[in-house]
Amino acid sequence: MKRFTTAAAASLSLATLANAAPAFAADSVAVASYGGAYQEALHKAFYAPTAKTLGIDIKEFTLSGITDVRTQVKAGAVEWDVVELYAGQCQQAADEGLIEPLDYNVIKTDGVPKQLVQSHWVGFTAYSTVLAWNKDVYKDNPPKNWADFWDVKKFPGTRALSGYGPSTNAEIALMADGVPADKLYPLDMDRAFKKLEEIKPDITVWWNSGAQSGQLAVNQEADMLAIWVARIDAAIKEGAPYDFTYNQGVVDIECLVVPKGAKHKDLAMKVINEFLKPELQADLPKYVPYGPVNQDAYKTGKITPDLLKNANSTPENLAKQVIQDKPYWAKNGQAAQERWDAFLQK
Amino acid sequence: MAISTTAPHLTGEAHYLTELEQDARRERRQLFALCTPGLLLTMLLLFLPIGWLFWFSFIDADGNPTFEHYSRIWTEGAYVQIFIITFQISILVTAICVLLGYPVAYCLSQLPPKWSGLLLIGILLPFWTSLLVRTYAWLVLLQRRGIVNDTLIDLGIVQQPLPLVHNMTGTIIGMVHIMIPFLVLPLYASMKSIDGTYLRAAANLGASPTRAFWEIYLPLSLPGLVAGLVLTFILCLGFYITPAVLGGGRVQMIAQRIEASVHLYPTWGPASALGVVLLLLTTLILLASHWLLGRWRRRLG
Repeated sequence: MKRFTTAAAASLSLATLANAAPAFAADSVAVASYGGAYQEALHKAFYAPTAKTLGIDIKEFTLSGITDVRTQVKAGAVEWDVVELYAGQCQQAADEGLIEPLDYNVIKTDGVPKQLVQSHWVGFTAYSTVLAWNKDVYKDNPPKNWADFWDVKKFPGTRALSGYGPSTNAEIALMADGVPADKLYPLDMDRAFKKLEEIKPDITVWWNSGAQSGQLAVNQEADMLAIWVARIDAAIKEGAPYDFTYNQGVVDIECLVVPKGAKHKDLAMKVINEFLKPELQADLPKYVPYGPVNQDAYKTGKITPDLLKNANSTPENLAKQVIQDKPYWAKNGQAAQERWDAFLQK
Repeated sequence: MAISTTAPHLTGEAHYLTELEQDARRERRQLFALCTPGLLLTMLLLFLPIGWLFWFSFIDADGNPTFEHYSRIWTEGAYVQIFIITFQISILVTAICVLLGYPVAYCLSQLPPKWSGLLLIGILLPFWTSLLVRTYAWLVLLQRRGIVNDTLIDLGIVQQPLPLVHNMTGTIIGMVHIMIPFLVLPLYASMKSIDGTYLRAAANLGASPTRAFWEIYLPLSLPGLVAGLVLTFILCLGFYITPAVLGGGRVQMIAQRIEASVHLYPTWGPASALGVVLLLLTTLILLASHWLLGRWRRRLG
């Protein structure tokens, strides 16, 4: 009994220590996103103002997806407090038990569409994968949709797609095959892969990072490519003779999560709350053509019509695109990914 | 042996012998003790992680023993294909390295020290540059609108840019550049130690320079060549960055597949199993090359 009390006392004091430690170091939060032009925009629109408001230090990191979170959580060495995931990974991370439930007593979600407010993740920004092309090559007759991308006779030239996986690529392939945008889900994977098989010999590069996809445009390595809007926008600003269309683009929502065992969990909730505020969300289109997820941002008056024209999540541009079905990918992502890896290898 | 059979009148000497032996044994023990930190470090840093790797490759997500990670390698065609491609690339790169590196090493060993030192720096300098930087440099050089293609088109040698990168060609060019020092350096060291009088003796006995090279010089340089060859080949097997950057997503080697497995599956098992298979194959190759070299040496006497 005595031994028990000592142990209890010891663990109690340990617990106090553990509680005290974060409070002591609570002036810094580690945030991970996807780098490049996108994260620079995040820095200006979200990180810097939030750091100022909360009087904290925001340390920035980059990641490539759920694996980084999984690795940290499984190794018991969680370095990040707020992490951005995409596509099915938000829900997948929740299902795998890698992330903390969000504290909606702290996080206010007024204005955020309800389907993007989930127990373990919340929508943050909307990014688009679009069709971009070299204006010097296609001049007055640019490709208009994915069917044109697949038409190597009418539109000769080098092509690039994302090598990450089937997510987005499957949607693109099905649209190229004539599936109407509103009838995509549930995806016909067999048909998608058959269509991808068709274009595979003509794909010069399967890009493996956002930075690489931007370089493909800047160096004019790919005459036609599927690319994230932020990247092609940055490439165009850098002088690449490229243009893009929102037609048949694929929109996905980036979500914010807190890895299980994050050192500054409580502060992370406060940071997420700041990130979702309409005033901050309204600043994003200034730096990158991504619209705000929080619809109240449009009420702030900060978003000018000029900025709106290019932003991906305006009603007008949204109508041209497909919104990716997160639950579908959370459920089918892994099996499709295995198939994708075999597909690329063959 | 000798001690046990000694006659009684020789006990003094026997005593002396035992003492000598004890001394030797003590010295061995001390030497061994000196080795222990190194041994412990090796155990800790090498065998423990590898043991861990083995362990992970045999358990599934729930911690139960399983062979599924290995059976997947066999049943899914893609994996075998990746192993085949990995070995093809490694063999090709090693062969090109030998063809390019042997003359270079020979040249180095024959030049006066002043010049060979300069050339050696030429080989070592890129060796000290980051692998990533060199790989991206090749990307800049070889891409569609890169320096090489622009020059070729300007000179009218080709009409269309050559597909030099984002494929097997680019991967192999990049890998050869990175691997050449690993072949040249051991080869150069072994060539440096070849006594020139052997070649003069051969010439004196009427051998043509070609014959002297094939029969005297090449066999003598063989240990260095094999050392460089094995080093190059084994390093090639584990290449990751170069095929990832210069392969355009179309050339996949086993290291990339291991990384992809880490991404894809929630457990370490599948990636560990690939690592174990690669390790076993590498060990087999090492043993085979050792055995072959031993046979060769015996044949040469």
